[in-house]
Amino acid sequence: MEYLIPIMAAAVRSGTPILFATLGELLTERVGVMNLGLEGIMLMGSLSGFWGALVFSNPWAGIALAVLVGMALSALHAVLCVSLGANQVVSGLALAMFGTGTSALLGKNLVGVTIPGLPAAPLPGLAELPWVGPILFSHDVLVYGGFILTAFLAWFLYFTRGGLNLRAAGEAPRVVDAAGLSAVRLRYLYTILGGGLVGLGGAYMSVVYTKMWAEMMTAGRGWIALALVIFGLWHPVRSALGAYFFGGVGALQLRMQAGGTTVPAPLLMMLPYVMTIAVLFVIAVRKGYAVSLGAPRSLGVPYHREERDG
Amino acid sequence: MTEAERTLVSMRGIVKSFLGVRANDDVAFDLRAGEIHTLLGENGAGKSTLMNVLCGLYTPEAGCIFVDGKEHFFRSPSDAIAVGIGMVHQHFLLVPVLTVWENMILGDRAIPSVIPRKKVCRRIEELSTQYGLAVDPEARIWQLSVGEQQRVAILRALYRGARTLILDEPTAVLTPQEARALFSTLRRMAEEGHGVVFISHKLDEVMALSSRVTILRKGRVVGTWRAGEISKAALAEQMVGYQVPRSENPSPRGGEETLLEGRGLVVQSDRHLPAVRGISLELRRGEILGLAGVAGNGQRELCEALVGLRPLEAGELTLRGRRVTGAPPRIFQRQGVSYVPADRMGMGLVGNMNLRENVALRHYWREEFSRWKEILRWDVLGAFTEELVRRFRVQTLSCDVAVRTLSGGNLQKLMLARELGLLPSILVVQEPTWGLDVGATQYVRDQILEARNRGAAVLLASEDLEEIFALSDRVAVIHQGRLMGVSDNPRDLGEERVGLMMAGTPLGAERGEGHA
Repeated sequence: MEYLIPIMAAAVRSGTPILFATLGELLTERVGVMNLGLEGIMLMGSLSGFWGALVFSNPWAGIALAVLVGMALSALHAVLCVSLGANQVVSGLALAMFGTGTSALLGKNLVGVTIPGLPAAPLPGLAELPWVGPILFSHDVLVYGGFILTAFLAWFLYFTRGGLNLRAAGEAPRVVDAAGLSAVRLRYLYTILGGGLVGLGGAYMSVVYTKMWAEMMTAGRGWIALALVIFGLWHPVRSALGAYFFGGVGALQLRMQAGGTTVPAPLLMMLPYVMTIAVLFVIAVRKGYAVSLGAPRSLGVPYHREERDG
Repeated sequence: MTEAERTLVSMRGIVKSFLGVRANDDVAFDLRAGEIHTLLGENGAGKSTLMNVLCGLYTPEAGCIFVDGKEHFFRSPSDAIAVGIGMVHQHFLLVPVLTVWENMILGDRAIPSVIPRKKVCRRIEELSTQYGLAVDPEARIWQLSVGEQQRVAILRALYRGARTLILDEPTAVLTPQEARALFSTLRRMAEEGHGVVFISHKLDEVMALSSRVTILRKGRVVGTWRAGEISKAALAEQMVGYQVPRSENPSPRGGEETLLEGRGLVVQSDRHLPAVRGISLELRRGEILGLAGVAGNGQRELCEALVGLRPLEAGELTLRGRRVTGAPPRIFQRQGVSYVPADRMGMGLVGNMNLRENVALRHYWREEFSRWKEILRWDVLGAFTEELVRRFRVQTLSCDVAVRTLSGGNLQKLMLARELGLLPSILVVQEPTWGLDVGATQYVRDQILEARNRGAAVLLASEDLEEIFALSDRVAVIHQGRLMGVSDNPRDLGEERVGLMMAGTPLGAERGEGHA
C-alpha cells in the first residue's frame, strides 16, 4: 500500500490548480453568472504568472499578476453579461477562445524558459505524520491555501451575511434588490473575485507545478473545473473533493506511463477526459432532484431591476 | 390634527413610463397613520407601478415623495426601507431555497457579519406572537404554503421596521377564510398606528376593509373616496370607466352524455412530486364544469393529463367511450380535445412567430391547409387567420407581426380563437381571464359560454371564484391534488362552503361533525 502515498500526494498537488479554478467558478455561478471562459482565463493566468515570475524574479509577483489578469478578464465578462445583458454562454466561449489564442501568441518567446518556482514548505510536526503527512502537509504554501480557501468558502457561504447575500443574488436577484441590496453590484463583485481565483489556478500550473510555459498547457483543466462545479452541486467541499480526484486521475496516468505499462500512452492521456464524460453522465442520470436543488435558480439569467416580469 | 390622522406618506405628480407607455401619469396619493387605504384599479391601471415607485424599486421620471413631511428621493429599496416603507409584493419576493430567517435578514445591514442565528430567530418569534402571524423561522420557504409565505413576507416588512405597509393583491392567492384572517391582522396593524396600502381589484374586500379608496384608471387618479361615501356599483363604474355588462351563465343545466372521463387519475408535477392524487371526474356534452382551487393545487397537472399532454402514473382516461390511457396527444386532438393553458407565452403560443404561424401550429394537419399533406398553403391559412382575428376581435397591426407584441387580452383571444376554430367537442381552459381588463374578460367568458351552448364539454379551471360561480353548471373543488367534492348545484353551495373546500375540508364534512 505504501506505493499509493506518492500518487495521492501528487493528486493533491496536481488537483490544486483545478481546485482554484473550480472554487472561482463556484463563486461566479453561485451569484448567478455562468462563466464558460475558464480555460481562457486560466491560460492567460498561466502566461502572465510565468512572465511576472520571470521578469520580477519573484514567483509571488507573477501569481499576483495572474490574479489581476483573471479579475480583469472576468470583469469584461461581467460588463457584457451583467450590465449589458449579453448572452453569458456566448461571452464565456468568446473569452475561452480569446484566452487560448492570445496566450499562445504572446507566450511564443517564453517557451523553453524555466524558473525556480515556489519552494516546498513541509509543515513542521504535521508533515511527519504517517500517510497524511506526506499526502497533505509536505507541499508548497498554495496547496495549503487551497485547503483553507475551501473551508473558508464553505463557512462564508452558509454562516455569514455576505454569503447569504451572495447566495440570494444567484437565486433571486429581484428579491435581493427589493431587500435593499444591489444584485448588480454583488454579481460584479463575485464574478471578478471568482475570475481572480481562476487566474490563480492558471498561475499555479506554470509558476509552481511545471515551472515553465507551454501553449495550451492547462490542457482542458478549465473545462474540467466547469464540470466539477456541477459535480459538487455548487458546494465548495464537494467540488474540492472532485478537484483532488481529478488531480489523482492525472497523476495516476503519469505514473502508469512512467511505470512502463503496456497500455498505449494516448489512451492513458485520455483518462481525465473520459472521467469527465463519465462524471457528467452520472450527474445527468441522477439529474432531476440533485441538480435542480443545487443549481442557483437564476444561473445564467440576465437581470434588470426595472424590467417587468410578467 | 390627531396622531391617528397624521400623514405618513404623500406622493405628488408621479410619472413613470415603460417602453413609452405611461403607467403612471401625474399621480398623487396620500397615506395616513392608522388607515387602510385601498388602491383600486383594473390590471394595468398602474397600481403596482405606483407602489413599486414608493418602495424604491422603480425610479419615477417626475414627481416627489414626502415621508413624515420631508421630501425623499429613493435611489433603491434600501432608502425606502430606511424611512419605514415596506412592501409585500404579489409574488412575495422570497428566496425559495433559503430559510425563513435568512429571508428576513436579507439586506439588513444592522446584522453582524457573522450571523447570530439564535438571536435572529428569537426576534422573529417575538414579532410573530405580537401580530398573530405564526411561522417557523427555520423552515425553508419552498416548504411553506402560499398563505404561510405571505405571513413571512409581512413579518419581514415589520422586522425591517416598516410603519407603512404596502400589500399588492394579497388575497389573490388565499381562500376566503385565509383572507379574513389577513384582514384582522391588517386591522390590528392599523390600530397600532401603521399605515396600510392595500392593492386590489376585488370590490367586495375593498368595501369590507378600507378606510379610504383611491381609484386609478389607465395610469391616472380618478378620485379618492372615504369608505361608505361610495357604493360598490359606483366603484365598479369609476374603475372601468363605463357601466359593466356582466356575462353570466343564465341557465345552469346538467350535461348530457359523458364525453371525457377520468378514473383514479394520479399525475406527477414537473419536479416529480405527486400533484394529482387520485381524481375521478367526467366532462359532459353541453356543460361547463368549474374547477375551483387555490393556485398550485394540481390544476395545471390535471388539465394537462386530461388533454393527454402529461403521462398518467395511474388511472384511466376514456374519450367518447374509447380507452385512451397513454395515447399520444395527437389522438386527443384529432378527437376534438382542445386546451387553452394558463401559461400563454410558455405553452400556448410561440412569441417570435407571427399570428398565422401560431394558428398553423394547431391547424396544419387539416386537409384544406396543405397540398399533398406536406406543403402548407399559407394563402389559405392566412385568410383563415384573418377571419379568426376579425371574428374574435383580436387587436393587431397585421397577421404578420410576432405574437409577443400583442397584449395579454389579445393573446388570450387569439389562443381561444385558434382552439374554437377547430370546433372542439371538449374544451379545457385554465385561468382564461387572468390579467385581462373587464371588456376582454366579458368577451372571453361569452365565447366559453357559446362553446358550451354549441354542445362542447368544458372544463374551466380558475382561481377566481366569482368566475367559477358566474359560468359553471357544476363545480368541483381541488385541494392538494384531490377533489374535495363535486356539486351539481353551485349556486346553493355558496362561496363560504367552496372556500372551506379550497382549504381542504371535503364537501359534507363541514356540517357532518355536529350531526354524527
